[in-house]
Amino acid sequence: MISLSGLTKEFPGGVRAVDSLDLEIGDGEFFALLGPSGCGKTTLLRSIAGLETPTSGKIRIGGVDVTASPPGRRDVAMVFQDYALFPHMDVTSNIAYPLRIKKVSRQRREAKAAETASRLSLSDLLARRPAQLSGGQQQRVALARAIASRPQVFLFDEPLSNLDARLRLEARTFLKRLQRELAVTTVFVTHDQGEALALADRIAVMNAGRIMQVGTPSEVFHRPTDPFVAGFIGSTPMNLLPASAEGGRLHVAGAVLPLPRDVADGPLVYGLRPEYADLSQSAPVGRRDVFSGKVAVVENLGTAHLVTLDSGDLLIQVVVPEGDEPAVGASAWAVPRPGRALLYRDDRLLTGA
Amino acid sequence: MSQADPSGLGRARAVGFVLPGLVLIGVFLIFPALWTIYLGLTDYRLTGLAAADPQVVGVDNYTTALGDERFRNSLWLTLQYVLGSAVVGQAVLGFAIAWVLRNRPGPVKRITEGLVLLAWILPSSVIAFLWIALLDRDDGTLNALLHTPGFAWLLDYPMPSIIVFNVWRGTAFSMMLYGAALENVPPSHLETARLAGASTFQQLRDVVFPRIKGHVLTNLLLISLWTFNDFTSFQLTAGGPEGRSEILPVYIYNVALSGGRLGFGAAISFLVLLINLVFAFVYLRLLRDRRKVVVP
Repeated sequence: MISLSGLTKEFPGGVRAVDSLDLEIGDGEFFALLGPSGCGKTTLLRSIAGLETPTSGKIRIGGVDVTASPPGRRDVAMVFQDYALFPHMDVTSNIAYPLRIKKVSRQRREAKAAETASRLSLSDLLARRPAQLSGGQQQRVALARAIASRPQVFLFDEPLSNLDARLRLEARTFLKRLQRELAVTTVFVTHDQGEALALADRIAVMNAGRIMQVGTPSEVFHRPTDPFVAGFIGSTPMNLLPASAEGGRLHVAGAVLPLPRDVADGPLVYGLRPEYADLSQSAPVGRRDVFSGKVAVVENLGTAHLVTLDSGDLLIQVVVPEGDEPAVGASAWAVPRPGRALLYRDDRLLTGA
Repeated sequence: MSQADPSGLGRARAVGFVLPGLVLIGVFLIFPALWTIYLGLTDYRLTGLAAADPQVVGVDNYTTALGDERFRNSLWLTLQYVLGSAVVGQAVLGFAIAWVLRNRPGPVKRITEGLVLLAWILPSSVIAFLWIALLDRDDGTLNALLHTPGFAWLLDYPMPSIIVFNVWRGTAFSMMLYGAALENVPPSHLETARLAGASTFQQLRDVVFPRIKGHVLTNLLLISLWTFNDFTSFQLTAGGPEGRSEILPVYIYNVALSGGRLGFGAAISFLVLLINLVFAFVYLRLLRDRRKVVVP
């Protein structure tokens, strides 16, 4: 278990990369730190590793306060974005390196390296140098090196970002299965929300050194607690439109929608995922709960299209199944599906609409 | 335009461009070198009969030199000077400074580098004067600091004095070279070693040195050649007292110009040239072997 309390890291020059942050990560959990670049997620990971010294706050791993311990005493293993394999050592020596530092005998550490390598289907590559391996193989060697020393915690820094797109999906599935099998507490950093949703048991969404929301992928996806998380999660960004509640009705971008019961009058932000609206190319008769606009852009997503509507000053995006895409410049109407929208007031989630 | 002639100049015009350079090299480098070899075979002197009519004496100069106690002593001192001030002093100290400064914030690093660099770029006559002022027996700064008035550093410890002097003067080059080399070591590699629990020594052995081996060889080659041929210490001790700091370049100067035995001096110079060539050859060999290992 990892627990962080009041963790703050301030860099010279006054930048607060991590700002009095509290977090508990459970045993065996696959935990994602997700956020845009510069949000402090890597600094947080490096603080857990001991590679950064926090300005204040405490870090506990397995109940032991390790805030002042050097990295080598924390029983953690880290896989870096560039894998950090030593170019002058072959695969066996690379995997066995942490064991060599721990003074395990040559025979035992080579046996251990071979065993770990066979688990990651690297057995045929043991005598090779890193330069003779593909990106995916290098990544598995780096993983093997982390696994071989049997640490309490794995830390992965952008584990998939150096792989090409095809290999990334394969590696993602592999990584998830490996973590299940090993059942070792794992924290990883990513800027890719899809990766975080796919891999993690729980996700912490970070922005500007703070955690905006912690939850399961489904919680974070379906009930983002503030507009930042709402905009960040999802392969297409959520529509966030200014709205106002007046006399029991919700006014958004020219549409009038029913207002959930316990919402007081006043300004709101209306959030709707582009996947949760349907596009109609003929004007729905007698309905005021639709957004009308002109088709500005149509982006091909493969099995669907992302359509951007110009509606007055606002842009509304809708995902349209293939075959139904409208022509650019045509008039179109976006019909929100009931119960799928979210309402925010003062950057806090009120309720679904 | 053929492959062997990508610029399309043609052989004649290409030679025309290279010729002035070749002539200069011939006149100022190759001819004097050959002339030195010739002089080394004669009994040419600065003054007297042999100056007017030098005789070829064959390898006499070389046999005299190899049998000469003063020459062998000088060779031994030079070895001490190179090992002490270049290999151990400049290389180790330069690396240590570069390693310690590698992650330091701006001002500390810049001031240290500036001071070290200053010792390197000042004219040798200026720093020789500074060191004479430092080590002087009567009013020297060092004696004032240590409260040891009247202690004659340059007379009692001539070799250690010029070794320390040369370390102080030449460390900047190694520091800069290693500073640049350390930038080649990816931080994630050092961090991986730290996470495994590696000590500083283990980090250097397993991560840093394998990465900067080529830089180390180049550095050692350059500084040992420079130190081997260094004449600056002449301005401190002039080889004395009693030849106790008479390294080879100083010895050649003392013999050939002060002593007037130009032929003999030329022979020693040729020996120094041979030793330099051996140095360079060994280092280049090591460097080539290393490349073979890296690219299988």
